Amino acid sequence: MTITIALSKGRIFDETLPLLAAAGIVPAENPESSRKLIIGTNRSDVSLVIVRASDVPTYVQYGAADIGIAGKDVLIEHGGAGLYQPLDLNIARCRMCVAAPLGFDYANAVKQGARLRIATKYVLTARDHFAAKGVHVDLIKLYGSMELAPLVGLADAIVDLVSSGSTLKANNLIEVEEIMPISSRLVVNQAALKVKHDLLQPVIDAFKKAVK
Amino acid sequence: MSAHWLLPEAIEDVLPAEARRIETLRRKLLDDLELRGYQLVMPPLLEHLDSLLSGGGQDLDLRTFKLVDQTSGRTLGIRADITPQAARIDAHLLNRQGVLRLCYCGSVLHTLPAGFNATREPLQIGAEIYGHKGIEADKEIIWILNEALMICSLDTARIDLGHVGIFRALTAPAKVDDATEQALLAAMRSKDIPALTDLTAGMPDGIRNALLALPELYGGREVLQRARAVLPAMPEITTALEELQQIVDAMPNLPVGFDLADLRGYHYHSGIVFAAYHADSSSAVALGGRYDNIGEVFGRARPATGFSMDLREIARRAPLNVSRSAILAPWVMDDKLSLEVIRLRGQGEVVWIDLPGHEATRNETNCDRQLVLRDNKWVVESL
Repeated sequence: MTITIALSKGRIFDETLPLLAAAGIVPAENPESSRKLIIGTNRSDVSLVIVRASDVPTYVQYGAADIGIAGKDVLIEHGGAGLYQPLDLNIARCRMCVAAPLGFDYANAVKQGARLRIATKYVLTARDHFAAKGVHVDLIKLYGSMELAPLVGLADAIVDLVSSGSTLKANNLIEVEEIMPISSRLVVNQAALKVKHDLLQPVIDAFKKAVK
Repeated sequence: MSAHWLLPEAIEDVLPAEARRIETLRRKLLDDLELRGYQLVMPPLLEHLDSLLSGGGQDLDLRTFKLVDQTSGRTLGIRADITPQAARIDAHLLNRQGVLRLCYCGSVLHTLPAGFNATREPLQIGAEIYGHKGIEADKEIIWILNEALMICSLDTARIDLGHVGIFRALTAPAKVDDATEQALLAAMRSKDIPALTDLTAGMPDGIRNALLALPELYGGREVLQRARAVLPAMPEITTALEELQQIVDAMPNLPVGFDLADLRGYHYHSGIVFAAYHADSSSAVALGGRYDNIGEVFGRARPATGFSMDLREIARRAPLNVSRSAILAPWVMDDKLSLEVIRLRGQGEVVWIDLPGHEATRNETNCDRQLVLRDNKWVVESL
């Protein structure tokens, strides 16, 4: 039996390396320089698959990977069906926020019963957040460059991940509300945890120890 | 362009080869259940929604297709699960005072597929025991599930046991409201310890620590020992762990494991629950457990436990070779030929009658032999 770990390139991959090392796993190649999508490791029974961040839960849910590392933002939008998410890895930290143009009267715009146009990649998160406040929203699903939407009149505000805030600043937007803090989670396929328990448990335990 | 051939999403035809596999397994399983005293019932495809949803909670409601009955104006549902129907039959129609064993096999419909590659029209096959409260019924049903998987040659499966009584005992004194209970259940089912940590803030330490320990109480037979060490010695929990211990003691050779945070169908189940996993499958292939109070809405609460599985999914996994070659018989009026065909079919051979004019497409059939007339006698020769 072998185990497959789904990861996305970039920040999550970089910050996962120390966790993998704690579990005795060292990738054979760097996905930034390699074009391979399946990367071997020093362990013959462990391989990594490099997928888009938002695809990680899907790969793990369907058993194409046994475990994976995905941001909470991605997991909320995915819904988490078929997944265990036992561990907050405390990596790739940022926050989910509402941002609006400078000078936009947000407090007044979100009075109960108000209606707002929101551009976002995180449709479920945005809908739940505003529903809880009693505010109607018209959601505009975008795949990137959310900051542009309020500037060109496409939306009143945006819901997006904010890390340093410099992109907001450069586009004359300010963070008007934090929805939730975001970090990356370990996700595990439910059947794999049962069937490959002896292989997976030491990896999960090592991650857990490394996080604490 | 016309797309009349297109089927709705996650709805599929079962073509001859697969249909034969499914039917072979269906017969084997139902025959085996019959020998064990499980009587076959065939509940209707649709019923009043209220009866179908009894005790099933919100999950079942969302999974059920609904329509309006033109004769009464009432809402009908197309069954998404046969178990409540079997419970209704036991509680209201058969009225046995003692033990009753029922089995069934039929299509159910789901509004949304239950999982990866799952069909919205599973062929649910299952067995239920009514009228026995003791652990013996749980043992029998788990044993039969294991036998059923062996009949399907899925003997690499693993059966994970849980017990909803543990979570119920832990949350009862905390008197959590419905919304919190839903959130706790969701977090427990996905082993979301960070979310549980938030949700249990403010609960008494003993309960909180136990709830946080529950998602990690999974694995092999050693789990029960760990559970005794970390869970509080409340009477309901002690009983639940004792029941689980009895099950494993009774089945030393079974591939049994535990997951004490498996709370699938929590609102419906009342005791030991279980799920069977197979190495090639990304979700459970069979589910079951105790549901003692479902009969109440039909007039009579009866102890009950059972299991069910999707025969389509099982047949897809089962290493089963059912391909059968056939014998081609010419289309001739000849009594001797007819008698020979009857004789061969009596021996279990498949004999096709070759309707005239189709010699050119014989390669589309799976006939590898043919009946030919030699010395005034019909004999089988290779084709």
